Amino acid sequence: MPKQRVMIVGGGLAGLSAAMKLAELGIDVDLMSLVPVKRSHSVCAQGGINSVNEVTRQQGDNEWLHFDDTVYGGDFLQHQPPVKEMAYWGPRIIELMDRLGVTFNRTAEGFLDRRRFGGTLYKRTAFAGATTGQQLLYVLDEQVRRWEAEGRIRKFEFWDFLGPVIDDNGICRGVIGQDLVTMEIRSFPAEAVIVGSGGPGLIYGRSTMSMACTGSAASRCFQYGAKYGNGEFIQVHPTAIPGSDKLRLMSESARGEGGRVWVPRTPHDPRDPRTIPENERYYFLEERYPKYKNLVPRDIATREIFDICVNEGLSVEKDRLCVYLDLTHIPRHELDRKLGGILAIYEKFQGVDPRTTPMKIFPAVHYSMGGLWCDYQKSADGGIVVGSPKNQVTNIPHLYAIGECDYQYHGANRLGANSLLSCIFSGLITAPGIETLLKGQKQTASEFPSSLFDAVRKQHQARHDALLRRSGGGENPYLIHQELGDVMTKAATVVRRNDQLDQALDLVAVLFERAKRCSLSDTGAWTNQNVVFTKSLLDMFPLALTILKGARQRDECRGAHYKPAFAMGALTATDATERRRQAEAWCDKFEANNARWLKSTIATWTGDDVELTYEDVDTSLIPPRPRLYGLVGADEIEKVWKERAAARAGADNGNGAGATATIAAATL
Amino acid sequence: MSDHQSNGHDNHAASGHGPAAHANPDHFEVRILRQDGPGQPSYWERHRVSYEPDMNVISVLQQIAAKATTMDGKKVTPVAWDCNCLEEVCGACTMVINGRVRQACSALVDRLLEDRPGEIELTPTTKFPVVRDLFVDRSRLFRALQKVKAWIPVDGYYDMGPGPRQSQEAQEQAYPLSECMSCGCCLEACPQYLKIEVERLEGETEEEYRARRDAEHDRGFIGAHAISQVMLMNKNPTGANNAGERLDALMEEGGLHACGNAQNCVAVCPKNIPLTTSIGRAGRAVTIHAIKKWFGA
Repeated sequence: MPKQRVMIVGGGLAGLSAAMKLAELGIDVDLMSLVPVKRSHSVCAQGGINSVNEVTRQQGDNEWLHFDDTVYGGDFLQHQPPVKEMAYWGPRIIELMDRLGVTFNRTAEGFLDRRRFGGTLYKRTAFAGATTGQQLLYVLDEQVRRWEAEGRIRKFEFWDFLGPVIDDNGICRGVIGQDLVTMEIRSFPAEAVIVGSGGPGLIYGRSTMSMACTGSAASRCFQYGAKYGNGEFIQVHPTAIPGSDKLRLMSESARGEGGRVWVPRTPHDPRDPRTIPENERYYFLEERYPKYKNLVPRDIATREIFDICVNEGLSVEKDRLCVYLDLTHIPRHELDRKLGGILAIYEKFQGVDPRTTPMKIFPAVHYSMGGLWCDYQKSADGGIVVGSPKNQVTNIPHLYAIGECDYQYHGANRLGANSLLSCIFSGLITAPGIETLLKGQKQTASEFPSSLFDAVRKQHQARHDALLRRSGGGENPYLIHQELGDVMTKAATVVRRNDQLDQALDLVAVLFERAKRCSLSDTGAWTNQNVVFTKSLLDMFPLALTILKGARQRDECRGAHYKPAFAMGALTATDATERRRQAEAWCDKFEANNARWLKSTIATWTGDDVELTYEDVDTSLIPPRPRLYGLVGADEIEKVWKERAAARAGADNGNGAGATATIAAATL
Repeated sequence: MSDHQSNGHDNHAASGHGPAAHANPDHFEVRILRQDGPGQPSYWERHRVSYEPDMNVISVLQQIAAKATTMDGKKVTPVAWDCNCLEEVCGACTMVINGRVRQACSALVDRLLEDRPGEIELTPTTKFPVVRDLFVDRSRLFRALQKVKAWIPVDGYYDMGPGPRQSQEAQEQAYPLSECMSCGCCLEACPQYLKIEVERLEGETEEEYRARRDAEHDRGFIGAHAISQVMLMNKNPTGANNAGERLDALMEEGGLHACGNAQNCVAVCPKNIPLTTSIGRAGRAVTIHAIKKWFGA
């Protein structure tokens, strides 16, 4: 039998983890990437990677609590077994990365140093300065290069994934790719295809994402029948630096190391921020969330910053929305040692030293919790079965999704420093499953009739040629991209309203039609970036429509999806009895809303539109609870909810299912 | 929280804080050295770019791509260039800007116009073969990392417990070296690093071409970035186990001895990596390694 091969699309943390693990298992790998894999978007991850560790363990932490923080942070929208498995692998993954040579920061005694991140009270986050993603990516890149030298891995860098090849039985048998230099289009037969192509940030025009994050690879799978889950859940990071080409991330680690967010109590106070006395500063996150302070989860911090600027009119500047992120009280040496990378970015791009002057920041589109739908094999202990070919497989057999482009791990909101973990975990967990899959194959993909691959390759060649030949139309792909970004940013980020979403759906449909009439300014056959961009622009629309439609239909607030018209509201009564009654009603409403909306959005592409269905979420391990993070004024709700949870636990004790409910109540 | 009219991102393009704004032009001129493909002649093209606050060379190139029209009103193809992260951590957008090799993303238009009012000049790096326009082929740079075995030779990826404990001081020495993003600025500035262009021959397979190209690249100078990576790997407690193999690679043709000590590399490194310190340390390590080998130790 000819050799079996696996194709991996995307060479970020997820793709490289899968590649090196497959190579170790003796499986040949082809790795296709738009950019040299060392330049993948994972380099932009700054703050760190989470796991339970020896110190937090002795403070009462354990893997279950990391799992709990993750699903609580995600507003319970993720299936729990894969998340549980990930939390339990966390410590081992960090140890592996340490062995591979990541230059993690150290304690004085030489152990891995840790810092605190949002949505937890424990210091779980291991870090390498403020360039942790870059450092993790580099050690994986090095391991993959090692296997490349041995001939186990072949790289196809500067190649664009045009789509999967699916046979008559609906099974994925390989991919079609295009060389971005020579523009050659060719087929790659493969026993299994893993897509780890990252997020779709460019749909929003400017975001914290890199230029390769067009979402086109995920969209192309979607257009070939792969389901897309929870598309409307887009994380808007609370702290980014505005820019004309990109909104650059200012890591949550700045707050993890003690950074404080504030605005002057006087609107647009013209004074130098350093001269504004303490009592004239409004540390709004600290006042509103005394327990978590500046480290509430991202969706909450983003909404609060937005609220302060838009509703309270307390933006630092009059003509531009921004708040201060202040590090100036932290010793310079400590800042340089732990945050040097991000401070250098701020200094380089803004021309101001954040060690001595508070930074000006504002939220920006950052991460997609949603992505290609994928499966898992649940184990008896509530985790997943390692080695099952079901893990991470999409609804198309033999087509897998990992990393940011899968929808599996983060529910309605991702906690900081959990993405590096989910990327590496999903990459590593996929490899043994594919090993099992390959053992059961009697025929390799390369033995399939070439007509199967030729037919699909010809479709892509025809699409490409038609774009080059089209003379009329006159639409400019770069300008349509800007318009798409403006529409999406206005309608589908921090605050969502049905009238705006309806309008955006109409506008995007019109833009989609206009995009189909794009004329190219380059019709050549050599390194034609114009045609490659136009194709990726066209492929942004199915995902843009998925995001908008999912947001339009979901009439509730959950994690990053915030629709004020359907907000739960706050307690207003001051009288104790009435307040109690309101809290009871609040909890009733919360339960009714979960019954209606605690469901994954599943999108399918019909050829010209998006169809949505809803799927139950596996919350069998940790029952959902209100997500309050100790908000001032919400104590009564917590009290009522705890009583209900305790009553339920009491009722369940007879059948042994009470333990998890007790933990849930205790950590509320 | 109540309702909002817009999501407020619209005014992101407005001016950031920074030095007091000086009189900014409405437009400025960008001169670009273009080349349609390998082996083709290069030619200058002039573009008129409208000024916006907070521009960098990436947003300049984006505007040029969208307009695709020269100053003389001639319709042209968009200029090809390489970029990804736009925050100077991926290493993709290296080019020569106003005569200086650097990353396009961190080249801010306000600063460039302060240094040279009215115009910006963009040319491709000269030490790598031009693929098209400002887009060059840097595969030689990655080949060098393979040649020096720039990886930690772990047993495998199963759970084996934690890695070796390391001091804060060791981490602080290693970390700057591990920030190298393979951008190639150090190679552009190096007098000893000369361009090697290997064209694919008729009838040659991709594999044959790559093998021949790699062999050619291996004969040329390996460059400061790869020498620095050797020192990073050799300092790692596990990487030290095969330190000798990496030093052997530095003793081969195109190795450390080709360094002419011009020290340009360290001056242009956008990450301020102490490249000449690495080269100095590599020199001593290679000498000791060679003596040991001489005595069969």
